[in-house]
Amino acid sequence: MAQDENKDIVLSVEDLMVTFTTEEGVLSAVDRVTFSLERGKVLAIVGESACGKSVTAFSILRLIQKPGQIAGGKITLYPKNISPIDITGLTEKSDMLYQVRGGLISMIFQEPMTALSPVHTIGNQICEAILLHQNVTVKEAEKLAIEMIGKVGIPHPERRLQQYPHEFSGGMRQRVVIAMALVCQPEVLIADEPTTALDVTIQAQILDLIKSLQRDLGTSVIFITHDLGVVAQIADDVAVMYLGRLVEQATVRELLKDPLHPYTAGLLKSLPRNETKQARLPSIIGNVPSLTHLPAGCPFHPRCPDSIPGVCDVGDNPMMEMLPNGRLVSCCGARKFKGATKT
Amino acid sequence: MADNPTPSPTLNGDEELIELSTATLSQWQLICLRFSKHRLAVASLYILIVLYLMAIFAEFFAPYGQNWRDLDHAYCPPQLPKINFSHGINVNAMHRHIDPITFKKYYIEQKEDFIPLSFFAKGEPYKLWGLIPMERRFLGVDHNAYVPPDSEEEKTLPTFYFLGADKFGHDIFSRIIYGSRISLSIGIIAIVITFILGVTIGGISGYLSGRVDNLIQRMIEIVNAFPQLPLWLALAAIMPGDWPALRVYFAITIVLSLLSWTGLARVVRGRILSLREEDYAVAAYLLGASHRRIIFRHLLPGFTSHIIVTLTLSVPGMILGETALSFLGLGLRPPIVSWGVMLQECMNLQVVANYPWLLMPVISIILTVLAYNFMGDGLRDAADPYSSHVTR
Amino acid sequence: MNDYGVEPLLKVKAFSKHFPIYSQGFGRKQIDVVKAVDNISFNISPGETLGLVGESGSGKTTCARTILRALKPTYGEAIFRVNGKAIDLVKLTERELKPLRTQMQMIFQDPFSSLNPRMTVGDIVGEPLHIHKLARGKELIDRVDDMLVKVGMKPEHRQRYPHAFSGGQRQRIGIARALIMRPSLVVCDEAVSALDVSVQAQVINLLEDLQEELNLTYIFVAHDLSVVRHISDRVAVMHQGKIVEIEETETIFENPQHAYTRMLLSAIPHPDPDVKLVFTPLSESIDN
Repeated sequence: MAQDENKDIVLSVEDLMVTFTTEEGVLSAVDRVTFSLERGKVLAIVGESACGKSVTAFSILRLIQKPGQIAGGKITLYPKNISPIDITGLTEKSDMLYQVRGGLISMIFQEPMTALSPVHTIGNQICEAILLHQNVTVKEAEKLAIEMIGKVGIPHPERRLQQYPHEFSGGMRQRVVIAMALVCQPEVLIADEPTTALDVTIQAQILDLIKSLQRDLGTSVIFITHDLGVVAQIADDVAVMYLGRLVEQATVRELLKDPLHPYTAGLLKSLPRNETKQARLPSIIGNVPSLTHLPAGCPFHPRCPDSIPGVCDVGDNPMMEMLPNGRLVSCCGARKFKGATKT
Repeated sequence: MADNPTPSPTLNGDEELIELSTATLSQWQLICLRFSKHRLAVASLYILIVLYLMAIFAEFFAPYGQNWRDLDHAYCPPQLPKINFSHGINVNAMHRHIDPITFKKYYIEQKEDFIPLSFFAKGEPYKLWGLIPMERRFLGVDHNAYVPPDSEEEKTLPTFYFLGADKFGHDIFSRIIYGSRISLSIGIIAIVITFILGVTIGGISGYLSGRVDNLIQRMIEIVNAFPQLPLWLALAAIMPGDWPALRVYFAITIVLSLLSWTGLARVVRGRILSLREEDYAVAAYLLGASHRRIIFRHLLPGFTSHIIVTLTLSVPGMILGETALSFLGLGLRPPIVSWGVMLQECMNLQVVANYPWLLMPVISIILTVLAYNFMGDGLRDAADPYSSHVTR
Repeated sequence: MNDYGVEPLLKVKAFSKHFPIYSQGFGRKQIDVVKAVDNISFNISPGETLGLVGESGSGKTTCARTILRALKPTYGEAIFRVNGKAIDLVKLTERELKPLRTQMQMIFQDPFSSLNPRMTVGDIVGEPLHIHKLARGKELIDRVDDMLVKVGMKPEHRQRYPHAFSGGQRQRIGIARALIMRPSLVVCDEAVSALDVSVQAQVINLLEDLQEELNLTYIFVAHDLSVVRHISDRVAVMHQGKIVEIEETETIFENPQHAYTRMLLSAIPHPDPDVKLVFTPLSESIDN
């Protein structure tokens, strides 16, 4: 892709397709999604339920299990000092895949309570992550663990190794999870709604933490969320997904100040704004359709205020179009984009 | 109402499509739908239906009466039915010989001599359920081969034993069918008693909680601490030997259910405790629903399927319990026929070694127990139909 | 009494809910209490929306549920004006409460667990009328249909089961159930928190429309401050069981007085990349 040439890409996802085989047929959870993550930057993937953002994240780590499967596309990791790794091409039990998981790409999840094993100490769990990927002794691993626990802002790190998850609060547990994920200094961190279950004050602290760690360690982050406020605070680039398709990708400033796709615009308009007290929130009509009955043509057209009959409701998906400034948008409707070239 | 105005036709149509397929199905219909996809469970259901039909119409399906016997054919080996075009359904005849030296009886199967059988054959008159006089049986010796039709001649027809004969010349196959009446029904009746005890006590315990709950749970633990088999034996042993058969029968069922209701009570209590906190139960309370309405309309349907599954999976235990008691001579006794009673003759290893077909009731027990287990498994898998439909 | 001389619909004074903590082991003795709601007082005027905000553990949900008598209050009073009379909700027995239930209702947070999956939509929405014998037969069906249309559903949805609907639609059904008896006081317990962003706006609009049409008074419990700011007339901020600040909405957001309120507001991420989050925590909020 044209935009790759001047940028240092650490992870590229091309035409990713993930399907689920269910009683109601083969559902397309992710449909030809293409994006790339720049080294040292934070890419936010935004969307609502059933948009496929979590499925995309799981696919990057090859965590999709039956009845789901990666039906097509290519995911490539470009680590700093090793040759590029074709993640989709790796076999299930290959050594390289185990190295990638946790070593080169880590993931943190929404629920800190269920992400930690209740019967193992914190020290045990963090050291496990270290020993799996680094050639060190147990003593050295413990030292690294203590260092990392301190880095995530937990006071008295030496005492923590012997403690169990239930002795920590929700926010602390999430910090532990972040420590586990970053202790091996992976190239990419995937964060799947890590602050959704937390109070807003804890969320602010965790976002701060992720930002500072990302700067210090140079990790590239994929941050999945549905909260546009969080996106504004933490992301450099944003990709918006709807029903398994990528509908828009831009820098955070471009997306939030000047959204091009009607869905993004609709989402932004429907947020209760703090500045202007509106009488009525402009909302997107209708509901997200079920994956079993996708609309023909553009998946958003039934709810789109700018939908053009005869154009938006027929044929295949609107294709991704790239604008000269590198923005991507997938809309065949009313908006005419200057200088767009089809990708 | 500006928020959901007329949406575009496509969305409307799609919504309708999605919703029609399972939208109007109630919980039971969804369970049946899922259950029907479980082939093993459905097959087990059919097998059980056949078994119970045969038990209900035992007099019709069994070739011979419950206590009918022919001492001339004691320990006759099984005569399995064959079908061929020339003779129809038939069995090979068995001729009895006595070894001149040891005086031991043995049987030789005659390949050429056969006994023709037919469906709905006329035989000795009997009364279905002791009420309806009937003459025809499902399968029997073909009367017409021996006595011309419309003839009043009385002739003793040759006997045949599908699964062999026992010490007295009883037909084991017929006795298995009659025995199924007892063994299969004891399971059901014991389940009903367990259900009543378990749901009531467990329900009270769960809904009232606090001290009542505490007390009941401790009581359950005490009951559970009793070793099951010795207790059954003790209770069965104190039953007077001269009690009529029916009373013994009911006593046994009560004994069996006395120890098994605790499992159900615990399950019911657990479910009520968790369902009570569900938002919809709280909503019902806030609407002003009476306690009775909350229990029966909101909580109970939430675990009816659990109850049915638990009960279905308990039946094999009951059947095996009755079998064990009768086998040991402490449950039902002859002349009542049950599978356990039939197995009493197998206590002697010598007898079993020489005449292994006496163990046939074991096959029917295994068949019933497996069928109940598979069906119960299928029901349990089908019983949570809403898990797959929770979409977000 | 507010400025206009209208009697408040609900007057809460020294309201508390304590949960006992028992010792472990054999003899259960009460050794301590958790003061989930600790001596709070506030008034609500008819037709007003009072936002109740706080973080988890602040007691806002417990407070709202205890006012509706889903839980039994420990002490205090909650004077509810209904039919011209002032009744203290705390002192009523279960039996006396029942007729009042038609006047105070709750909308729940989770659209998936707040509807009985084994009842049809028609049964769910019609149940309140059934319990209080307010309608029967055809009249009941008509009122259910009427309510369904009011919340943006269709009459034919009556025969369907909740699993056939999306989260937003289920929430609408929950709203229909709560409002069919025309209560005067409605508690919205995080009523939009579990919904997708695009659906949230729809439901917020619906709640506001219905408030105007049916003359409802809302206690809007939420943790999302932007939503609270949009919908509330006044806001009460709760922290560890107490109300730390209660003011008109704009006053709270523009000029917060209490340190906790200021901290809470500083934590909200704005969907504007140029407005950076500068979180100023209180010393006791750093989790340890």
